Amino acid sequence: MELIVQGIIKAFELIISFDPEVLGITWLSLKISGTATLISLFIGVSIGTAVALTNFYGKRLVISLINTGMGLPPVVVGLFVTILIWRNGPLGFLEILYTPSAMIIAQAIIATPIVMGISLAAIQNLPPNLRLQILSLGASRLQMVWVLIKEARLPLLAAIMAGFGGVISEVGASIMVGGNIKGYSRVLTTATVMETGKGNFDVAIALSIILLLLAFLVNLVLTQIQQRQHPR
Amino acid sequence: MNSETLIKIENIILKRGGSTVLDIREFQVRQGRILALIGPNGAGKSTLLLMLAGLLKPGQGKFYFQGRPVESRIDLAMLRRNAAVVFQEPLLLNSSVYENVAIGLKFRRLKNEEIRKSVQSALDYFGISQLAKRSAKTLSGGEAKRVSLARAFAIKPQIILLDEAFNSLDPPTRGTVIDDLKQILEETKITAVLASHDREETLRLAQDVSVMNSGRIVQSGKTAEIFNQPDSEFVANFVGTESILEGTVNSCASGHMVISINRKVIEAVGDCSIGQKVYCCLRPENVTVSNYTQGKISARNIFEAKVSKIVRQGFFYKLTLDCGFPLVAYITIPSCEDLGIAKGGTVVASFKATAVHVIRREK
Repeated sequence: MELIVQGIIKAFELIISFDPEVLGITWLSLKISGTATLISLFIGVSIGTAVALTNFYGKRLVISLINTGMGLPPVVVGLFVTILIWRNGPLGFLEILYTPSAMIIAQAIIATPIVMGISLAAIQNLPPNLRLQILSLGASRLQMVWVLIKEARLPLLAAIMAGFGGVISEVGASIMVGGNIKGYSRVLTTATVMETGKGNFDVAIALSIILLLLAFLVNLVLTQIQQRQHPR
Repeated sequence: MNSETLIKIENIILKRGGSTVLDIREFQVRQGRILALIGPNGAGKSTLLLMLAGLLKPGQGKFYFQGRPVESRIDLAMLRRNAAVVFQEPLLLNSSVYENVAIGLKFRRLKNEEIRKSVQSALDYFGISQLAKRSAKTLSGGEAKRVSLARAFAIKPQIILLDEAFNSLDPPTRGTVIDDLKQILEETKITAVLASHDREETLRLAQDVSVMNSGRIVQSGKTAEIFNQPDSEFVANFVGTESILEGTVNSCASGHMVISINRKVIEAVGDCSIGQKVYCCLRPENVTVSNYTQGKISARNIFEAKVSKIVRQGFFYKLTLDCGFPLVAYITIPSCEDLGIAKGGTVVASFKATAVHVIRREK
């Protein structure tokens, strides 16, 4: 019990004193997961919308694959990304193993199916005649898609939240492709794992609190945007 | 008729998943008229409407818009830009009323000033300019319907297509929306096609009617013609058995109207302005047949009539009478025998002023 209390006190000290190392780790976490979420947003929303709006043979199979991808285990992603960018791997020439770039790639791969699955469902849930209505008012195909995405903006914000929440809290892939290098590729989750292993519970608790706080703040902002819309 | 043809369809067959959805030999929509497509669910009304809107490729067959064939994607896009559809659900976007009405104009990349003017006049037409800043999701059913109609009119289409557009409204709202729409269609001279299975809606709005069944057009003609002279049992059953009489209000005082029909006059209850064109609807079970004219009865409408047709229908006879206007009456088998009614014979038909259902119609 004492351990926890001490840990929490130390944690607040670390946070309040703006410990440069903790600050650096937090900033890197935000940068990596934010970039990864942004990338997944572009890929996820565009492919999700395209799948929702077109009819093709095997559509159901594709949708089940995307939905399966929403639960992709980070360590599996970490393993495959590592193999790909390993020095002798097919993308070895990029020399990005144990860099933040590799972490962004891995996290984007984790977040993309989450964003894709939710945006697909969001677009499919719009009233079936809405597409025809928009087209009949003279929209081009592109204008129609844009209006549909805007109409689905509430669930799409949920997609961003889910995607970001998935990657900021993820540890397996980050540690495998990032290597947890101090001051370079160490993020909140990987640092927590390491500090816990070393028995530095106070630091680990401080990092966890920051992680929770971060997730909370980002979701708070997005929820504010979401709820600003009129209730249905 | 001297009106110009806006859309003409010839030998269009549309198949979906092996079954025929549309099979139309000939169909046309005339410029500036209001046409109703009526028929049971699944008759192909909505499909035909989507095709008329350029949202569905005509497949086999010929489709002409303003005399030009619609064949390529460009033709189809051109048709689509000249048509506007209003669906049963209002399908408003999650933004303000103004933004909703402006959307079609924004798609056309018009100047802001132009958009503002067109939106304002569309809102004024439907009496909803006070709603401009409201969020579309907070509107009542009637308001939302007006917004979706204003949105369609704002783009000044050549043709407006209404797919069961009034179904979701409660009866009083429905009546006022239909009246307003009718007036706007008259003023703007925009051609309209409505898919409907509501006879009152059809009688109130449409000048022409096409009856559809399993993808085919089974009868086309002027509204009263379809209702009074159905040329098949299917149409007869679908349009109902009421006699529909075209008339003009001669006088109206304290709820009592005198309406002239084919140089005869009938009396009815209601309130209309003098000179108003109306349909008088009369159910056959409300028409009494007798063979004398002496003596007073309370029925205000008494006519000498010639029996032009007698058809037995189950437990009663259906008489088609000619009183100077056509009239259908149901009488029981004993009554028919007692009165000695025969084809070509003369009888007296009477009905109460309160039995006449008056619907206002186009000029």
